[in-house]
Amino acid sequence: MSTDIVPAASLIPADAPFPKAAKVALGMPQLRANLAHATGTIRGKRAKVAAELDDWEQLRDTAAAIKATVQRRLPELAVEFEKHATAAGATVHWARDAKEANEIAARLVREAGADEVVKVKSMATQEIELNEHFEAQGLKAFETDLAELIVQLAEDRPSHILVPAIHYNRTQIRDIFDQRMGDAPAGLTDDPAALAEAARLHLRRRFLSAKVAVSGANFAVAETGSLVVVESEGNGRMCLTMPETLISIVGIEKLLPSFADLEVFMQLLPRSSTGERMNPYTSVWTGAREGDGPRDVHVILLDNGRTTVLADETGRQALSCIRCSACLNVCPVYERTGGHAYGHVYPGPIGAILAPQLEPGRHDDLPYASSLCGACYEVCPVKINIPEVLVHLRQQGPHEAGERAAMGAAEAVMSRPRLWRAALRAARIGSMPWRRKGFLGRLPFPGSKWTVSRDLPVPPKESFRDWWKERER
Amino acid sequence: MSARRSGPAGAPGGGPGSARDEILARMRTALEGASPAPAVPREYRRALDAGTDVVAMLVDRLVDYKANVHRGAAAIEDALAGARRVAVPADLPAEWRRGGAEFVEDRGLTVEELDGVDAVLTGCAAAVAVSGTIMLDAGEVQGRRALTLVPDHHVVVVRRDQIWGHLAEALPHLDPRAPQTWISGPSATSDIELQRVEGVHGPRRLDVVILD
Repeated sequence: MSTDIVPAASLIPADAPFPKAAKVALGMPQLRANLAHATGTIRGKRAKVAAELDDWEQLRDTAAAIKATVQRRLPELAVEFEKHATAAGATVHWARDAKEANEIAARLVREAGADEVVKVKSMATQEIELNEHFEAQGLKAFETDLAELIVQLAEDRPSHILVPAIHYNRTQIRDIFDQRMGDAPAGLTDDPAALAEAARLHLRRRFLSAKVAVSGANFAVAETGSLVVVESEGNGRMCLTMPETLISIVGIEKLLPSFADLEVFMQLLPRSSTGERMNPYTSVWTGAREGDGPRDVHVILLDNGRTTVLADETGRQALSCIRCSACLNVCPVYERTGGHAYGHVYPGPIGAILAPQLEPGRHDDLPYASSLCGACYEVCPVKINIPEVLVHLRQQGPHEAGERAAMGAAEAVMSRPRLWRAALRAARIGSMPWRRKGFLGRLPFPGSKWTVSRDLPVPPKESFRDWWKERER
Repeated sequence: MSARRSGPAGAPGGGPGSARDEILARMRTALEGASPAPAVPREYRRALDAGTDVVAMLVDRLVDYKANVHRGAAAIEDALAGARRVAVPADLPAEWRRGGAEFVEDRGLTVEELDGVDAVLTGCAAAVAVSGTIMLDAGEVQGRRALTLVPDHHVVVVRRDQIWGHLAEALPHLDPRAPQTWISGPSATSDIELQRVEGVHGPRRLDVVILD
């Protein structure tokens, strides 16, 4: 029994403001059930393996300081990386923006005599929409990570940094493979092991014959010119090892000063992302190696808004992100809306501070997609103070006329003790009919702008000022 | 190739107006007046408590991630059970070539030939007990990366002196510029409902033989 495939992204408008998109997502019970199940599972795993390390907090402190150092030393580290990678036989390219990175990548694919590539899961290539650019150029990019494959076959968009198909359950995935894969085994069940086996068979020939691969990188080591890819399935190893040409698109913030820094990040990343002590496979490569892996190795260092983020003293800590997605999994907002509602490749708390900074003026609603509960900050392995940046961005973002007028009026009243006292008295008397209920559910306009999504507590019978005065007497 | 200093947009190299110079200039402008970088504290652990049985811990962690563990060189034969043709790096010691299988040395085996063997037998560069990680760095007795990737069954031999408790102890024993693969259990995915399933594109069976 199989049902029609309706990509979640087609239902949730990507360009709509967050409150509107979130409302659509909240009305999808299957989506919410899938998300609650998956994020709940991963939260438990992460908490267990993080607790195994008695120096977890020290590791976080070190990671945060290393990343802050990288940001301050970015120009020198980027040049150092370039020097060592080039000496090891890689060609290093620089891309100011998405368009430039896509053009370089497409040109390199053609120069390699290919019209298709296999891809390792990469947030950077999603961010620059490399697949779409390739398609427009008559090139085909095949996603090889299982979740990315699911999303690509469903013609959907990813909804999570680590598990892009988190919004699908096993039955939905079975249906997607059955209808879209072309070579899905007959009688495919929804057993995850059977689904993984189907993906293996589907991609194996492609891996063994691919000429060009495109990857991102989790870390770029300045001291050695090495790149690091962290993965689970072995699709990464296949892409990084088998083709003749390898193109890696790497955000400039991925730099680390030294190889030894991996002793910090490779403890934090796997435990924070998949809740494992170590991910099954980590690949490290430095340029090209005779007789071992790709001969033609390219690295595209990508800016695409990162230097704008770097300029903001408070906001630049968003560049410390190692894309583990622990903040998504603990976020009460993300857990209910999923990733599509954010309308950006980086969803959840990290997306709410990264998207508006990477694309200024386009995602000013996202810093409000949070209750500021701080759970994201607590789990962040590199200690990004996400609530601090959220509040900072709220202060910097535009404020509509009504809000400005209300705040102006409040300021005028609150800075004049006599007026303030009168206002409190008026509120107390005015709210008397609702005293027994305890809250006001609906105010007339313009108060309705507040009460449409929140209850307003009834002012207490006695104000603190009155109580204090009485007590003094 | 790095000698190309001019050419189409995005060609590697610098020069006035190049992407490289512009990005570096943007970075420097962005950092003007930035507060200095904090000192990096290094208070974290770099070794396990003295007296920890690292071999027992490694075994525990390997088994937890569904690898099969064997002890002693004689067990290589058990680990290879069922394999008729076994690919090996050319420098694999003769005393590891045990059992009735045919050992095929990798002297430039094609992808099809690698895909045709039943297993691969190699050594490693280091192992980390706390995370159950086996590390390869293309050094002695390890071969190239494709050798340990294409065959569906990897048997890896770990000497006692290659086992470290902590990641920080093992890293200095790797060649940072050599291609590395860190392996923690067989290929796996958690992409379906966050449930871990072993066996996707990498070797689906991992046997670790510890030489005490």
